[in-house]
Amino acid sequence: MSRDHILHKVRTALGRSAGRPPAPAPPPRLRVEEMDAEARIAALFAALEKLAGKTFRAASRDEARSYAASLVDGKTAVASNAPLLAECGITSLAGVRSGFFDRDELKAACAAADVGITGADYALADTGTLFMLSSRHEARMISLLPPVHLAVVSKEKILTGLDELLTLVPIPSEVTSSMVLITGPSRTADIEQILVRGVHGPGEIHVVVV
Amino acid sequence: MTLIAPEQIQRTLANPSLQQAIYASTGRLVEKRRAAVAAEALPDYQELREQARLIKQHTLENLDHYLEQLESNVRAHGGEVIWCRDGADVVEFLAGLAGRKQARLIVKSKSMTTEEIDLNERLQHHDLETLETDLGEYIIQLAREKPYHIVAPALHMTRYEVAEIFSRRLGVASETVPENQTKIARAVLREKFLAADIGVSGANFLVADSGAVVLVENEGNARLSTTLPKVHVALAGIEKVIPRAQDLAVLLKLLGRSATGQALTVYTSILSGPRRAGEIDGPDEFYLVLLDNGRARLLADREKRESLSCIRCGACLNHCPVYRKIGGHSYPWVYSGPIGAIITPQFQGTTSNPWLPFASSLCGACAEVCPVKIDIPKLLLMLRSEVTKAGQREGRNRLERLGFRLWAWIMRHPRLYEMSGMLASALTPEENGGWLGRVPALLNRGPLKAWLSHRDLPPVASKSFRQRWRARRKAGGA
Repeated sequence: MSRDHILHKVRTALGRSAGRPPAPAPPPRLRVEEMDAEARIAALFAALEKLAGKTFRAASRDEARSYAASLVDGKTAVASNAPLLAECGITSLAGVRSGFFDRDELKAACAAADVGITGADYALADTGTLFMLSSRHEARMISLLPPVHLAVVSKEKILTGLDELLTLVPIPSEVTSSMVLITGPSRTADIEQILVRGVHGPGEIHVVVV
Repeated sequence: MTLIAPEQIQRTLANPSLQQAIYASTGRLVEKRRAAVAAEALPDYQELREQARLIKQHTLENLDHYLEQLESNVRAHGGEVIWCRDGADVVEFLAGLAGRKQARLIVKSKSMTTEEIDLNERLQHHDLETLETDLGEYIIQLAREKPYHIVAPALHMTRYEVAEIFSRRLGVASETVPENQTKIARAVLREKFLAADIGVSGANFLVADSGAVVLVENEGNARLSTTLPKVHVALAGIEKVIPRAQDLAVLLKLLGRSATGQALTVYTSILSGPRRAGEIDGPDEFYLVLLDNGRARLLADREKRESLSCIRCGACLNHCPVYRKIGGHSYPWVYSGPIGAIITPQFQGTTSNPWLPFASSLCGACAEVCPVKIDIPKLLLMLRSEVTKAGQREGRNRLERLGFRLWAWIMRHPRLYEMSGMLASALTPEENGGWLGRVPALLNRGPLKAWLSHRDLPPVASKSFRQRWRARRKAGGA
């Protein structure tokens, strides 16, 4: 059997025997810096804008809804089942479809939609990153198939960076089968190193902090 | 031993626009990396490198343990682990899986490991269409070429060549603007994504404590490949495992910056198994294919083991004065540049491409920029020594050894040394701007010809130091 064959070869090469515990691993290196809420928002927006992301600070849920409304304006959108979107009234905007729980229906809707609207489980201030776990609230396709992605994040979900995230979510697979870090719009530089946005994923990303 | 490298090198050197393309593209990547790891951007860069090296070294030293831990965690989340000794095992598994699923179309995201085993070509024999979806890989596949660079597969192509390939293979009107070329590819590939039966990805990291595959990309094609088809197969070499998800805090910071100067690439996916109850989308089935293909053998040597730490950022290629001249297609295998020069001989045998470890000036730029601190020059020297020893065993290098013996003998006899100097001076043709420029026809043959074809020497002085010294004393000076 290939499995035993390969493991045997590995053990022989290393001079190890089956079941022997490893020497202690180097301790994880996680550095979480102090940063107040305002500084986090400022850093998140600065990083996103550097990547050509659009940012908006909504003073209220109504403001978040207005932003979404003007973005969708006459176009079609699919919104995730994130409670925050419903609370903001975004899911009931004209042109916005939501409440998908069937994969094939969602796929068809996302493939045709102009805008995908999601929440975000966290955002990372230092890199301008959105962090999303796959769940009944968030599907993977909504932030992926439509050419424009709008994410609505609540203010207290902004972390300093990757180190803080991995402190809070040390073993991702305990929570979900899929998590994704999204840092700016989809891009490529495969032809002559010339930057082009929106290859396969959304070419436009909007982040609203409520 | 012959030091004559393949003709491809001569062709690359003789093509000015290709030289310009390689130099410009790698140069831009060098600049981006430099800014991203500068002290003001990443003050703890050196600490991160050291931690990354320690993590990789520790994992390799205990690889069997982490592979078993990884396997049990993948299974716990509903995935299957397939162990493959070589490419044939992988093809057998995938062809069988496609048969069971009645699958015809496979979408692929970028994976050097699949290139290593010629997966696309081999699956074609099983009537399976496998489509590369990374833009650079897609162009390369349409052109029926091999990737030119670990990170930027179409680095050597101009937009005009891309236009020509697109019109020829896709039947579209000639389009030379990269933005529009990208749109063409997006439209064609989007249809394929929506129709594909199986998605095949590589893996940048395998996380033992989570049973997870980590994929790093900028375009979104890896997300599409692993989200839309109902079956996801991830293929990775056994050396890709890391102990904990928390180690990603170190490795992700280094990978993006070293490769393209990005703090994080646009998408980082951490995937563990098929979709779970309640999750709306994602694949129903997940398979992790663990490939050996010669890796286990490399573990035996404590020092050479280091070469399995590579995280495929491509920084050593961009900084290598040799890669930047001879380009990615001059190397004998899919792994090019300094990392290719140390991996290829270890996978394919030291004597299969004996010139490879010698194709380096040992300037050390590769080791300096390596995010996991692989000492590439040291490994090149070890491999050179192996090539030479293998040559001696086979009775080769006789001429070279004879030459060195003769040299040693002359050096021990001052009279002979002086006479040989005078002879060399007499035979030296006229100098040309301080250099020989050409050598006497008598010398310009055999291995010496190859050696002199890209090198020059200053002419031998008409009078040696000893002659001048004697003349000076005779003249009654000092």
